[in-house]
Amino acid sequence: MMRRIAVLLLAAASPLSAQSFAIVNGTVAKGDGSQPIQGGTVVVRDGRVVAAGASVNVPAGVQVIDAAGKWVTPGIVGGFTRLGLADVDLSADGSNDASSDGPFSAALDVVPAINPLATPVAVNRADGVTRALVVPNVGKNIFAGQGAVIDTGADMDPITRPRLFQFVELGETGKDKAGGSRASAHVLFRNALREAAELRRYAAPAVSSRAGQAVEPVVRNPNESRVYGPDARRSEDVLLTRFDAAALVPVLQGRQYLLVHAERASDVLGVIDLKREFPSLKIVLVGATEGWTVADRIARSGIPVIASPVNDLPASFEQIAATQSNVGRLRAAGVNVSIGTIDDSDTRNIFWERQYAGNLVALQRVPGATGVSWGDALAMITSKPAEAIGMGAEIGSLAPGRRADVVIWSGDPLEGSSAAEAVFIDGVRQPLDTHQTRLMQRYRYLPRRDLPEAYRH
Amino acid sequence: MIRALVAVATCTFALAGCADFGGKPKGPPPVRFNEDPYPSTYARYPGVPTVIRHATVFDGEGRRIDDGTVLFADGAVQAVGGPELASPVGAVEIDGTGKWVTPGVIDIHSHLGDYPSPGVEANSDGNEATSPVRPEVWAEHSVWPQDPGFSRALMNGGVTTLQILPGSANLFGGRSVVVKNVPARTAQGMKFPGAPYGLKMACGENPKRVYGSKGTMPQTRMGNIAVARETWIKAQAYKQKWDKYYADGGDMPERDLAMDTLMGVLDGKILVQNHCYRADEMANMIDMSHEFGYKISAFHHAVEAYKIADILAREGICSAMWADWYGFKMEAYDAIKENIPLVHNAGACAIVHSDDPNGIQRLNQEAAKALADGRRAGINISDEVAWEWLSRNPAKAMGILDKTGTLTPGKMADVVLWNGNPFSDYTRPERVWIDGALMYDANDPKRRPVSDFELGQPGEGDTK
Repeated sequence: MMRRIAVLLLAAASPLSAQSFAIVNGTVAKGDGSQPIQGGTVVVRDGRVVAAGASVNVPAGVQVIDAAGKWVTPGIVGGFTRLGLADVDLSADGSNDASSDGPFSAALDVVPAINPLATPVAVNRADGVTRALVVPNVGKNIFAGQGAVIDTGADMDPITRPRLFQFVELGETGKDKAGGSRASAHVLFRNALREAAELRRYAAPAVSSRAGQAVEPVVRNPNESRVYGPDARRSEDVLLTRFDAAALVPVLQGRQYLLVHAERASDVLGVIDLKREFPSLKIVLVGATEGWTVADRIARSGIPVIASPVNDLPASFEQIAATQSNVGRLRAAGVNVSIGTIDDSDTRNIFWERQYAGNLVALQRVPGATGVSWGDALAMITSKPAEAIGMGAEIGSLAPGRRADVVIWSGDPLEGSSAAEAVFIDGVRQPLDTHQTRLMQRYRYLPRRDLPEAYRH
Repeated sequence: MIRALVAVATCTFALAGCADFGGKPKGPPPVRFNEDPYPSTYARYPGVPTVIRHATVFDGEGRRIDDGTVLFADGAVQAVGGPELASPVGAVEIDGTGKWVTPGVIDIHSHLGDYPSPGVEANSDGNEATSPVRPEVWAEHSVWPQDPGFSRALMNGGVTTLQILPGSANLFGGRSVVVKNVPARTAQGMKFPGAPYGLKMACGENPKRVYGSKGTMPQTRMGNIAVARETWIKAQAYKQKWDKYYADGGDMPERDLAMDTLMGVLDGKILVQNHCYRADEMANMIDMSHEFGYKISAFHHAVEAYKIADILAREGICSAMWADWYGFKMEAYDAIKENIPLVHNAGACAIVHSDDPNGIQRLNQEAAKALADGRRAGINISDEVAWEWLSRNPAKAMGILDKTGTLTPGKMADVVLWNGNPFSDYTRPERVWIDGALMYDANDPKRRPVSDFELGQPGEGDTK
């Protein structure tokens, strides 16, 4: 009770603002794949990381936070989430904005749907998740719309980067949306990009010259071609609304990332093949549960993968070869792989990612399995997902110049038993109270008192 | 309603009368119908006398032994103690230095086999969602023993026993089945010998959503309770007929499969496993159990158990809980991460459950999270006591604590050797014995079950 009052007073007295500070004496892990450093220092100034490491000087005059016995890392970056789009998933009208059955698809933009005050945002913030890729669910079409990178800060400005990527389903879900066959999904995909190609003139002014040239279709396989070119007038062959087609122009031109969900090995290869016809696409594979069976080909393609780390059941016919060694084997083959919560409580339990990462470390000691090092595991939930969508210079690590998303943990963050004790986003210390912590305080002691429980607040 | 109450009173009176007159038959002597028509055919696999030494032992009864010794033979735990414990001649010695030994993990809430992988519609056999009252269905008749999920639960989770429940679409979902996590060709071949049946009941959102959307009762929580009460009234009348028949003989009453199950509950032979999230609803279910004279063994998914932990302790009802699931539906909105330790701290019986084919592989880690959250709230529970959430308490709520759930001499040798502290994310089972038979060995690909479904498929026999 005293602690809560103190927090409220603090909040009332000083609005949240970026501060300059140094965290000293902690076990510092930078999130870049390196191993943790004992007795490290992290220096933050004006919302950015200045330095992190073993022999870092603490500038004069900054606030010093002693993290002896604690661990210090960049905040967790949710690699694939619907965070902020739903408060309650099921049977609660108005609380879920994760997908649309409306008339538009690719044109959808998650930004107006994100609620920074949704309970799951606070719950994940309190567990050290500071950023997340937020991806809409598909509705009627294989294209779900444009996703954003958000922060989980306790303020009304959650958007770090809007419309950074488009999301498309090309596995089993895409098949269903396309009428029941993958062949149909691929034709729909190509048709959509060609409609976009014809709409280039509607694109934003920045398109015109350099980027524009890159999109000239090059058909190397006649089986891939359908109607396009000067004769394929949009008015005669339209499957997308004009808004949707226009939204795909930046995808086609490689100015917007394209996240493609595919799990089956053959689907993964099909996605890689798309680059032959559409070489400008900046593809990020999502899922790739069977990716390990074609790891060398993914590696050669240079396409990054955001994978589900602990899928090990043939949960569907596109995941027959599922194994927890998938991520480790992709990593060993040279794939740029990171972790997301694909179709796994993606609206709320992003905080499971650090436990999942720890489980991948555990595999190093299971004969026949392929795990990852501790440093790699942390990178896969911090810098790697950020790098996959071109944000590595901005978030996801404690490298100088990065946004100061910093977490002080009670212990090793890849242990589920550890907790976030302090969370900074852009250098701003965040409140860690949630609906859950308030309930715990109310019901910590049950004996009847002078007034009902509802008066304990 | 009044007639039914009168009938109950008459029944009691009649029984008392029978006793007074020495139970003299008034017709042909009663014939008992077969209560176990699909009996277990499980037989333990051969094991060798085995001694694990120098391990840290959690015996499942709150005891921790450093440099502990666990001895088992003939399918049963023989002795648990320190380094002084002697080995029988010819026993296999295992060096457990740096490792942990625990009783096998028991998941009280699983749908493996009923909702197997692959999770296609053709395999969806967990909810007989055709009427809110279906106590006549038995989960074992849906269990597909080839579900690859069983092997994952064994190899990654150290799960040796699990209760497979029908789903929660119905107020009365049917009978559960308890199985040993040993692959078999038939469900009977996995069935835990002598385990009582459970009755899956549900309250709250699911029954009212499933049937309300069909325009039938129940559409509301009050409808849930009304339908359940009406059903119990019928069950009491049914039981009265059979009690009278067994006392007096005469014509055998007509069998009713649904009522057979509920009569088993009223007789105390079948344990109620009650899906129920909210504190207020659990209280309603408790009142209903008092009204009709049965006992709730455990509330499952009891996310608000912490709000009424004192009542649950008083009633002697276990709570099967997740560590940190929350908010996926309204009745899970008030889930908190300290639920399990708060329930334990109130003196009630706490259980970690999965309800999930993936989560069942990490119940030890789920317990670790809850344990740590509790400690941060000032509830100091030792690791060795917390292990009770994973084996002893579920065994108790499933009615098999006399057979498994702790490393007690004479009990089934359901044992896990972990390659580190099982409350760490970095730890995995190294070996798992069920009834003293080595069913998993991380170092031996031949001790790794592969289901029929996976044979000849990509990834067959992988470490998974």
